[in-house]
Amino acid sequence: MNDPLLTLLQTKARYSHTELAEALSLSPDDVSTRIDQWEKDGTILGYQAVIDDDKVDETGVSAFIEVKVTPERGGGFDRLAMRVARFDQVVSCYLASGGYDLMVVAEGRDLREVASFVSQKLSTLDGVISTATHFRLKAYKEMGFIFEIEEPEGRLPVTP
Amino acid sequence: MDYSAKISHQVANIPRSGIRDFFELVQGRDDVISLGVGEPDFATPWHIREAAIYSLEKGHTSYTSNLGLLRLRKEISRYVRDFFHIDYTPDSEVLVTVGVSEAIDLALRALLNPGDEVIFHSPCYVSYLPSISLAYGVPVDVPTRKADDFALRASMLEAAITSKSRVLMLNFPTNPTGAVMPLEELEKIAALCIQHDLIVISDEIYCELRYNDGEHVSIASLPGMQERTILLHGFSKAFAMTGFRLGYACAPAPLIEAMMKIHQYAMLCAPITSQAAALEALEHGEAAMTKMRDSYHHRRDYMVGRLNDMGLDCHSPGGAFYVFPDIRKSGLTSKDFAMQLLSAEDVAAVPGDAFGEAGEGFLRCCYATSLEEIKTAMNRMERFVGTL
Repeated sequence: MNDPLLTLLQTKARYSHTELAEALSLSPDDVSTRIDQWEKDGTILGYQAVIDDDKVDETGVSAFIEVKVTPERGGGFDRLAMRVARFDQVVSCYLASGGYDLMVVAEGRDLREVASFVSQKLSTLDGVISTATHFRLKAYKEMGFIFEIEEPEGRLPVTP
Repeated sequence: MDYSAKISHQVANIPRSGIRDFFELVQGRDDVISLGVGEPDFATPWHIREAAIYSLEKGHTSYTSNLGLLRLRKEISRYVRDFFHIDYTPDSEVLVTVGVSEAIDLALRALLNPGDEVIFHSPCYVSYLPSISLAYGVPVDVPTRKADDFALRASMLEAAITSKSRVLMLNFPTNPTGAVMPLEELEKIAALCIQHDLIVISDEIYCELRYNDGEHVSIASLPGMQERTILLHGFSKAFAMTGFRLGYACAPAPLIEAMMKIHQYAMLCAPITSQAAALEALEHGEAAMTKMRDSYHHRRDYMVGRLNDMGLDCHSPGGAFYVFPDIRKSGLTSKDFAMQLLSAEDVAAVPGDAFGEAGEGFLRCCYATSLEEIKTAMNRMERFVGTL
């Protein structure tokens, strides 16, 4: 991210406009104007908390699904990909190079919900050739946040 | 046994460090926000740490050449050429040391005969004066002033030069003031060094941490200066690698050879794991370094703004990660101000006089700490200043 304000928002989205302005030596008005504009034009799509599921009583499952599809004449992959992306179970959907076409991240309350999404919805879509589902076992890093807090301490309080 | 009689006069005469006194006061107190550190708040970038781990995994645990790994010296030579625009031959003009601190000691011991005078500017890094004394030199301190943004004035340097002057020590950007040298003044200083045949030991450890688009110029890059300058640099500050203890000296071969004579017996070589990490830092560390520098830049602006707002006059330093506000309006000495701030508000900042008499009336506040902590510290400091 080249824009320092966008970069800071990725980790400090909860900062007030004044705090963002202070951190970047900008004026609060400038910060507000730019954020308003980004929210309006869809540059900023939303703000999220990044949560370590292991720390909450969460029994949900998520899966990474490799999907091979037949691209359509005229529409390419986009129309089908958007169709997949609109399902509530899908949290992310990417077109990828390599052995498959779409990488779909899906979530459900339990294994059964994800399995039925894959077998009944995803794989039955026209154009979907095959799927391979990998259930997530453990997360180590999410959205740039590492799930093991590093202790920056050990610095002496006063040094030359 | 009377141990005091067993300690050399040279060592016994070194006064206790003001930093150490203050450290003992702060240590063990909870809830203290410290602006007293002299190192980055970032851990070493992961790819650099990973390179150190990999070198251990590969079993690279031996001594290296006394001068340091040739591959590292080549890379240092490349980096110095790109950054400082000065050419040094990796084979004979680069020495890898255990931090710049070792390099300072080596340079002084290699250059001085008893009684030789060494000129340095103050307030300055705490090791300069004792290192000169330990090398049997005579320290001559030239104060820098707030009116000059703590840059060294050539006219004041000239007044300190005598027939015994042998070495000039420079440190820009400066710990503790963050000062940088205006080019015209640096050129005048270079001319004086040539005129009086001085060798310059230039500690440029903070040179990457320059703000306001100011380009760092090393005195070694000025005409006629490379042959009389020992350029010292390292990895601690720009790459957040203080604990790796790695620095280097670049200088004409006969000077490096003289320094190497001491280094080979005192240290043998710098640790190989740190050298592997340093190689990675030079080859791939620029992006991480730029990110850290940008972050310091914002914090500097914030801290300078807050200090001036609370009535502590503070220039905006061009480099390093320290600000040096003037606290004389409070009517307190540096030490009293720092002590009272610590006991009233749990904020630790180092009294300016710990860096030499010229630092009296000032406080060193380091902004290499998180913006949240800086904010809290500034709020507390503002409240403290309001009670004076």
